[in-house]
Amino acid sequence: MIAFIVRRLVQAALVMLAVAFVSFAMFNFVGDPVANIVGQDTPADQIVELRKSLGIDDPMPVRFGRFVVNAVQGKFGLSYRTTEPVGRMIADRLPATLELSLVAAIFALVAGIPMGVFAGLYPNSWLSRTMMTVSLIGVSLPTFLIGILLIYIFAVILGWLPSFGRGDTIKLGFWSTGLLTVSGLKAIILPSITLGLFQLTLIMRLVRSEMLEVLRTDYIKFARARGLSNRAVHFGHALKNTLVPVITITGLQLGAIIAFAIITETVFSWPGVGLLFLQSVVYADIPVMSTYLVMIGFVFVVINLIVDMLYFVVDPRLRAQGRTSGSK
Amino acid sequence: MTSPKLLEVKNLRVEFPTRRGTLVAVDDVSLEIAAGEVLGVVGESGAGKSMTGAAIIGLLEPPGRIASGEIRLEGRRIDNLPYHEMRRIRGRQIGAIFQDPLTSLNPLYKVGDQLIETIQTHLPLTHAQARDRAVKLLEDVGIPSAAERITHYPHQFSGGMRQRVVIALALAAEPKLIIADEPTTALDVSIQAQIIQLLRRLCREHGTAVMLVTHDMGVIAETADRVAVMYAGRIAEIGPVQDVIKRPHHPYTVGLMGAIPAMGHKAERLTQIDGSMPRLNAIPKGCAFNPRCPKVFDRCRVERPDPMPAGNSNAACWLVAKEPAHV
Repeated sequence: MIAFIVRRLVQAALVMLAVAFVSFAMFNFVGDPVANIVGQDTPADQIVELRKSLGIDDPMPVRFGRFVVNAVQGKFGLSYRTTEPVGRMIADRLPATLELSLVAAIFALVAGIPMGVFAGLYPNSWLSRTMMTVSLIGVSLPTFLIGILLIYIFAVILGWLPSFGRGDTIKLGFWSTGLLTVSGLKAIILPSITLGLFQLTLIMRLVRSEMLEVLRTDYIKFARARGLSNRAVHFGHALKNTLVPVITITGLQLGAIIAFAIITETVFSWPGVGLLFLQSVVYADIPVMSTYLVMIGFVFVVINLIVDMLYFVVDPRLRAQGRTSGSK
Repeated sequence: MTSPKLLEVKNLRVEFPTRRGTLVAVDDVSLEIAAGEVLGVVGESGAGKSMTGAAIIGLLEPPGRIASGEIRLEGRRIDNLPYHEMRRIRGRQIGAIFQDPLTSLNPLYKVGDQLIETIQTHLPLTHAQARDRAVKLLEDVGIPSAAERITHYPHQFSGGMRQRVVIALALAAEPKLIIADEPTTALDVSIQAQIIQLLRRLCREHGTAVMLVTHDMGVIAETADRVAVMYAGRIAEIGPVQDVIKRPHHPYTVGLMGAIPAMGHKAERLTQIDGSMPRLNAIPKGCAFNPRCPKVFDRCRVERPDPMPAGNSNAACWLVAKEPAHV
């Protein structure tokens, strides 16, 4: 188990190094930064001086090494657009994105798993058929369209919920949360549904097909033959056996939710990193873009690591294999 | 049989409605099991043995259904009980053991938890009492250091050990009847005998009756008190095991016994019954065995025989009919 975690950590470090290299490489594709800094009448010797002090003419590996060392310390340079430190810009906006993503993911899980279980247990009921049909819409409609539809219905026609922004936020140390105010809670409903709907349908369909599969197994038949209650058979024995693939998909999708919150944040003017990224693309604000890339890479790596460890919690057979392969 | 009837199956008919018409998997099967008795049920694959067992325990897989007939447990009709009442009978009154011990246990739960869960479902015991009982059960089925093994997962047991756990699970609430559907088929031959011995010993100790479904005549000969031979969804012959083996009346049973290779005889070729069992959608008119029967005569091709007395047994064969033909 320990050996497994260490191995995974090493892999994670390698992945992060690769991601860092890609985001580092972005800087080399937008011309000479010095030309952006200096005025037209700057003497040539001053330019040389500046190049030296910024270390731009150093060999590539040296520059990359410097980039990684700074990145590990959270120093990502200044934004071209606002001249603020990029690290702080991202940190200011990250809570908004993380809260939105988490609420969306919880919404998808809390609604998706029971719906999937139901559709798996009673595949022929009209409710299951309806859910399956509607879920097709959820899978096939683009996110921005769902967002606009929701805004139109709940904000414009009914006027129940705000159409944009995050509502009032409260500062808890460095973290600004919108989950503790009424307006903040109201504001998060539509964007999180928009963001989570696709995941919900995905999880529902996954749980359904896994349930159908598991319910056919001998141990479910035997559990019934032992006279266990339906609840014990369905939720104890069947559902737990569907969890490994569900955890995998949920983990991957959580990363995707955070990464692709860009669209939802844009539709709802949600002040998160996705919106920041989009604004930065418009201005070719390379430091912000490259930092965003590193951050998303980091999120994926962390989530995958957690998912891998959750497998061990759920499935005892993996624990045994881990032990034997670890003892080699 | 003087002992009271525990299980009574009367004219059971199991159907599978399909798009191409209704298949009859079990047709007009009647049998009885007395308390503590071991009834062997033999037949080829698809003869309806497992279906009969599944129907008795109320676990026919849809779209399969009991079309007609009655199943009575201690005189009480159980084939038409609502689901939740049948659930109380399963495990408590009728236990089941399935073919493959490797897949009968839930891989994600410790065997102890699966035992405790079953015990607590049926008996009013606390968790600690149920745990003690679980350890006792595992000891009974011959699992060494049971108190420790109770915390192990199924994958940490060998196939034979797992089937012992399955037997412990089936016996957990002291059912009166166990339906054992090919309990040894998936095991090594050397383990098969152990498991059969164990099953026989435990059932004798607990006074549990067994319906032993198998296609292994050797197992039946060793274990069963009575035997039912099934063919194409019907009972061909049923009677005390010695009579059926030594003095079979139905030509199918005769063929079946002849097909058992004996150690002493050096045969060039193994005996076999020509042809194969008809598919469920093409059961011939009259006696289902008539196209393969060496002693077939006209009546077999038109009229279907019901089991009728033949010596100590009952055989569904016109050869043993005493009364003249009606046609």
